[in-house]
Amino acid sequence: MEMITGALLLMGITGTLLGVIIALFARFFKTDSDARVELVQELLPGANCGGCGKAGCADFAKSVVAGENPPSRCPVSSQEQINAIALALGISADSGVRKRAVVRCGGDMLQTKERLNYNGVCDCNAAAMVAGGPKGCRYGCLGMGSCANVCPFGAIEIVNNLALVHRELCVGCGKCAEVCPRSVIALVPADAEIHVYCNSPEKGAEKRKQCKVGCIGCRKCAKYSPEQFVISGTLASVNYEAASLPGEEDVEKIQCPTGALLSAREHHYIETHDPNWKKEEK
Amino acid sequence: MSKIRSFKGGMHPEYDGKELTAGCSVVDAPLFEKYYVILAENAGRPPKPCVAKGDKVCKYQQIAEADGFVSAHLHAPVSGTVEGIVEVPGPMGGNVQAVVIASDGEERGEPPFECWENWQEKSGGELMTRIREAGIVGMGGAAFPSHVKLSVPPGKKVDTLIINGAECEPYLTADHRLMAELPRKIVIGAAIMGKIINVSNIVIGVEENKPDAIAALEAACAGTSVRVQVLAARYPQGAEKQLIYAVTGRSVPSGGLPFDAGCVVQNTGSAAAVYDAVLLGIPLIERVVTVSGEAVKRPGNFRLRIGTPVIEAVKLAGGITEEPGKLILGGPMMGFAQRSFDVPIAKNTSGVLLLPPGRALNFSSAPCIRCGRCVEVCPMKLTPCLLCAAIEGGRFDLALKGHVMDCLECGACAYVCPSRRPLVQQFRRAKSELRKKK
Amino acid sequence: MLEKMSDTIPEEMKLPTGSKLVLSSSPHVSASETLRKIMVKVIAALLPVAAAGVWLFGFRALLVIAVTVLSCVGAEALWCKLAKKSVSGALGDFSAVVTGVILALNLPATVPFYVPVIGAFLAIWLGKQVFGGLGSNPFNPAVVARVGLLIALPAAMTIWSPPRGMDKNYPQAEVFFGASMMEKVKAGDLDGVTCATPLGLMTDTRKIVHTGDSKELEAKAARNFDKVNSPELLKKYFWGVRPGCIGETCVPALLLGLAVLLFFRLVNWRVPLCFAGSTFLFAGVIHFFFPGVTPPALFHLLTGGLLIGAIFMATDMVTSPVTNWGCVLFGTGCGIITAVIRIWGNYPEGVSFAILLMNALVPFIDRLCTRSVFGSRAQGEEKK
Repeated sequence: MEMITGALLLMGITGTLLGVIIALFARFFKTDSDARVELVQELLPGANCGGCGKAGCADFAKSVVAGENPPSRCPVSSQEQINAIALALGISADSGVRKRAVVRCGGDMLQTKERLNYNGVCDCNAAAMVAGGPKGCRYGCLGMGSCANVCPFGAIEIVNNLALVHRELCVGCGKCAEVCPRSVIALVPADAEIHVYCNSPEKGAEKRKQCKVGCIGCRKCAKYSPEQFVISGTLASVNYEAASLPGEEDVEKIQCPTGALLSAREHHYIETHDPNWKKEEK
Repeated sequence: MSKIRSFKGGMHPEYDGKELTAGCSVVDAPLFEKYYVILAENAGRPPKPCVAKGDKVCKYQQIAEADGFVSAHLHAPVSGTVEGIVEVPGPMGGNVQAVVIASDGEERGEPPFECWENWQEKSGGELMTRIREAGIVGMGGAAFPSHVKLSVPPGKKVDTLIINGAECEPYLTADHRLMAELPRKIVIGAAIMGKIINVSNIVIGVEENKPDAIAALEAACAGTSVRVQVLAARYPQGAEKQLIYAVTGRSVPSGGLPFDAGCVVQNTGSAAAVYDAVLLGIPLIERVVTVSGEAVKRPGNFRLRIGTPVIEAVKLAGGITEEPGKLILGGPMMGFAQRSFDVPIAKNTSGVLLLPPGRALNFSSAPCIRCGRCVEVCPMKLTPCLLCAAIEGGRFDLALKGHVMDCLECGACAYVCPSRRPLVQQFRRAKSELRKKK
Repeated sequence: MLEKMSDTIPEEMKLPTGSKLVLSSSPHVSASETLRKIMVKVIAALLPVAAAGVWLFGFRALLVIAVTVLSCVGAEALWCKLAKKSVSGALGDFSAVVTGVILALNLPATVPFYVPVIGAFLAIWLGKQVFGGLGSNPFNPAVVARVGLLIALPAAMTIWSPPRGMDKNYPQAEVFFGASMMEKVKAGDLDGVTCATPLGLMTDTRKIVHTGDSKELEAKAARNFDKVNSPELLKKYFWGVRPGCIGETCVPALLLGLAVLLFFRLVNWRVPLCFAGSTFLFAGVIHFFFPGVTPPALFHLLTGGLLIGAIFMATDMVTSPVTNWGCVLFGTGCGIITAVIRIWGNYPEGVSFAILLMNALVPFIDRLCTRSVFGSRAQGEEKK
């Protein structure tokens, strides 16, 4: 019994003392903080992704309060959240276009024809320095996952040596695009549903040698809708500035001969979306 | 013979593969059908081509003009027709622009420059212009234009010219054969360069494992201001900073150039090219290349024109004995693995190595056991194992503090690593990341 | 003058297709040393020590070694199975075998067999795998296990049997065996006989001194120290004829092991030298000024686990510093902590604790003892 009371007493006294010390410190070494910064920080998602270009949400909150950045620079917050921040600060909430990353390459293990044995560090930047990496195509995704490693949201998955973006997780912070040595990853309007999954400016015949799903610049898509698609050289791409973006139903209608034009959903199943490829493989 | 000198650290490879070709005299290559002269082969800015598709060119004719100071002219290796400027696989990886010349087999062309047998009477400036005109670059490593290396920046005092005949890379014997067969060219080339930078202390550093080259050079040095310094057979004795330390005992400060230690370093091949340019009046269009490796049928040393496709060099060496697991341009320690046999010989290609799959190093992801071998051999006195751990953890800042930027990429650490870790690749990755951030 | 290519090349020449080309960064060749070879060489260095232990402590020592090694390999395999890692890959480097042998050499031959099994799991699971496996462990797994066993099962870990050649004619036999055991020894019945270790006796003596503080007690302690420190006993200690762990007693075998390690360049000689040297010096200085506090330096060098610790445990590559000066610092630190624990601590032996403590400091030592990079010092220094 004595022991218990003794222990309790000791703990009680120590606790009180420490509490007093903390209180004193809090009082005398107080730093003034802007209440607005704290408020903004609370309204921010707190992911500390760095997609805004600042070190983290706290840093971003400061810059928003200081007027250096509009609230819409935060790629993670929804429009409602941005409106809330703007309302709290009494500034106007401009609606920035939400972005999303897209990996402009469909060349996974099964689609890439020319593959070399690569032996070394599993990192895209390191691989790109060794004779241009293991894939025949020098413009496509290297598939070593440097983008997946830097993504703060776990939105990129490497399947069969190809980076796939999970649209529901991607907030368009752009870290992946920054780290990619091939600049395969582009930030596009979040509501774009279909993309040309190819990044190679090489001649069509060259591309066919290296890859089954490269865009050969046949202009089929541009003929279907000249406003929605642009062709530069032998590479087509969706015109993301067009008034209306093409939708999933357009993929069916265009019937891209190589299968480079896909919906983001189909990109995840690239190896199965044309049964003929697998037959060729065998 | 004076004392054998060396730097600190480094290692001697267990098997250096030099016996495959050390006794093979340099053989002149026959004419091939096509030559692919790479434009971006020198360090610095690539020269601008001054010929177009369909042009007839003579041998020695200038086909590309230096673009700025840190750039070098290119000359046609053969007479023939320019077939265009196309993309070819480059020796450093990636594709590069190259001038394709189809040989007409006539070998038309006269030496474009005046022969200066009396070079002693020419001024340093005149000699320097000749070297520049002849498109001479460092033929051992990064192909840095020689005239740039000979231009001592104002305020720097240079008192020593070192000719790098160490050839510490395993397998390579191109410089060795050149020194043994044409010592006079090297010694006179060295003396010419000595005159340009106005130094009297000219040293040719040669590793002790090339006694015939040392003897030949010493005989050729008699009566000149050039002397031979025997160096220990240690890798990387031929690395610029290590060579300067071994020869003069001076350390090039971290991040500095040889000038900062009062030295200029030139390759033996470049010295011979200087002789050709000044005394024979011909530009740099050929070089000695070691074609070796266990997968080659008849390894040897060949005098190849710049732009010769590698596959032709392999044919010269009698083809292969087995399908090679690795094609390397340069030496096995610092050379570049190639993806195809279409890559052409450049001015700095000292070797073409075909290693069988079993011979080539196979990197693994085995853990570092901190055995410290890498620390022992690092010639720059870095701590590779800790640097690698930092880089793997994404801590490029720690790597910077650990002086990763001073890494020579000599590969001694990865050579001795019992876990076969890709140390050099990690360092190269860190260096490129850090450069990007700057 | 120059022939056309087609004239010189025979038709049947084999040309490469490039189908097997591997792309990798330089360098493209390597030394023949591998992880597995290093581990096999370490095992080779441990063999003379193990053989001496078996010769001294009998067949049971061999059984202990076998059980420990098998348990370590089993523990490693089990972990890999549970963690879904490649079992053959983890066992293929033989590091579990090395850990097992070192742990076994640090156990008394009389130890019950459940002790090495527990020790194996302590070593492999707690000492190594929880940190991420080989190369990531901050502490030497064998030492972790030994310390764990010493603290958890002190009774089982401190029953010592006399080695071969230690009988009634052993110098100071009655001190080592104690009165009750001495009778059995005199009768020639060595079964189940236990005895004290020299370091154990030293600690007991020291505790007598600690009970009071008088010149008289100190003199008595000094006399007791002399009893276990006679020249003929030191000679016995040297040859390993003294009670102790299986691998720690035979000095010639340990030195042979060190020679093998040094021959294969597997250890930095600075670690064992600074470790043993600093214990020797530290204890020597203390003895010189306070002879009643501790026996002379040579006694410290030849008894306990100092040499096996300095040669095989502190030199573990993963848990020792990588730079030369780091090794000096590390070895010296180990040595001084060992001496301090032996002289003033509650445990008779401090080698394992010293190694663990210094292991914890290795990252710090590594950071402290970075080498000055080539060319970072004053420029233009001339070589004389």
